[in-house]
Amino acid sequence: MSGPSTFVPQSALGRWFESRLPLGGLVHSSFIAYPTPRNLNYFWTFGAILSFMLVAQIITGIVLAMHYTPHVDYAFVSVEQIMRDVNWGWFMRYSHANGASMFFVAVYIHMFRGLYYGSYKAPREVLWILGVVIFLIMMATAFMGYVLPWGQMSFWGATVITNLFSAIPLVGEAITTWLWGGYSVDNPTLNRFFALHYLMPFMLVGVVVLHVWALHVTGQNNPTGVDVKNVQRDTLPFTPFATVKDSFALVVFLIFFSWWIFYVPNYLGHADNYIEANPLVTPAHIVPEWYFLPFYAILRAIPSKLGGVMAMFGSIAILAFLPWLDTSKVRSANYRPVYRVFFIVFVLTCIGLGYLGAMPAEGGYVLASRLLTLYYFGFFLVILPLLGMYETPRPVPATIADSVLPQGGARLQPAE
Amino acid sequence: MANPSTVEPTRRDMLFIATGAVAAVGAGSVAWPLISQMNPDASTLALASTEVDVSSIPEGGSLTVKWRGKPVFVRHRTKKEIDEAVATPLAQLPDPQADKARVKKPEWLVVVGVCTHLGCVPLGAPGSRGEYDGWFCPCHGSHYDTSGRIRKGPAPLNLAVPTYDFLSDTKLRIG
Repeated sequence: MSGPSTFVPQSALGRWFESRLPLGGLVHSSFIAYPTPRNLNYFWTFGAILSFMLVAQIITGIVLAMHYTPHVDYAFVSVEQIMRDVNWGWFMRYSHANGASMFFVAVYIHMFRGLYYGSYKAPREVLWILGVVIFLIMMATAFMGYVLPWGQMSFWGATVITNLFSAIPLVGEAITTWLWGGYSVDNPTLNRFFALHYLMPFMLVGVVVLHVWALHVTGQNNPTGVDVKNVQRDTLPFTPFATVKDSFALVVFLIFFSWWIFYVPNYLGHADNYIEANPLVTPAHIVPEWYFLPFYAILRAIPSKLGGVMAMFGSIAILAFLPWLDTSKVRSANYRPVYRVFFIVFVLTCIGLGYLGAMPAEGGYVLASRLLTLYYFGFFLVILPLLGMYETPRPVPATIADSVLPQGGARLQPAE
Repeated sequence: MANPSTVEPTRRDMLFIATGAVAAVGAGSVAWPLISQMNPDASTLALASTEVDVSSIPEGGSLTVKWRGKPVFVRHRTKKEIDEAVATPLAQLPDPQADKARVKKPEWLVVVGVCTHLGCVPLGAPGSRGEYDGWFCPCHGSHYDTSGRIRKGPAPLNLAVPTYDFLSDTKLRIG
């Protein structure tokens, strides 16, 4: 969608630099002149919100690393020192811990947006798969970060998750010992988790650059799912339109974020994590962070160790195959009446699995987890492939402009 | 070059393959230290045994000791508990193992206190021993019997029995 840049810097120095490294042209074509569909709604602002959250997490994280000690004897104390002694330490830590949750709030909205509007369909398959890779790296980063304070939940969460690998036949035990660097989660484990927790966000930056690059090659999807046919009529330049809309949404999101930091900073955490790790006592009820609960519920729903682990990883891996599992040619659920119902049930299923992941694994909770797990996989493996063949979609608008402007924007002046 | 398999290999082909093989071996020999450094080192492996005095454990009671960073349960079993463990038919067990294969002296059961599901420490205090009077893992609901064998729940295997020896009637060396 973007041609050769026509950007010409105004100053002589700018032109001198531009002819040697066309950085200004790249920014101009990507974030200023870049055409965005004129019908984008606020669900399309989460990409910008997520970019902001990644930068915010890196900044607060680097600050915390300046005061944190990755050693089993000092980790817990150093985190308490950050909370009590370090200037503004409480603010940095609460921002970082709640920032992780806000990152996941935004990424889940972003993913459900893609699912609803069919943003994974051709030609955006690679864009979508890069998103799944980002999600996986995010989960690994968040998991390792939660281990660092070395509280009871940190320790036992790390024990349970690393033990997932012991389910692999034959080599499982050796892999687990290798991950731990010992016979249990201990100092070597904490040290390497800290190193990796610091590394992975920068890997995320790299994959995010590819994600945005892929987006700018294919162009954004939009609420109608109809391709841009006429750049003049169907699109608006990124600046000021998307820039201002993204900024406004970001401010609203920051108000929400601030509420957690300043009013209920520990609500999303777990009280047991303010007890220092003790390898001899397991807390009565081990619960992962809220953003892992649906996957944890799937793990516990399967009455076999290997089966549970495979279902859990499979529930994430299946997302990568989504572009080929959905056989419908219509992108947006706005024009797919039956898919829309299944989609809403799917969202409720994910929320339900999240609830069940926090409940004890017994009685009716287990049965409910199994039913919802069945729907989770059925949605991808049965409903989506068949629906494309049997569903009759509603007529889609001929152009993006037709869907949002009176007379399809016939009398509209080209936006500049 | 329509069908390369019929063409006689040249000396250049030979050099090409040999160079590639040397590069692969070189890359592998550098990758191995990078992988191996994450495994436990010799100092960790050396901390392999612990001695325990079991004379203070009353009948029906148990002691938890730390071995290789993990808890080990030493339980002084009552007559009733031993009988229960011995009388259980093997056909009822997900991981069939006779009680006598799991103990050196029937009154002492020594097992690694790590649930074979996902590594939590099962509860063994009276009142929280689960449906089979042994241990109950609170994480995902596995029940173990008085021989530490899995009876119900997601764990696939019995609690592991570590290598141990009785140095005397009251002294135990684990590892």
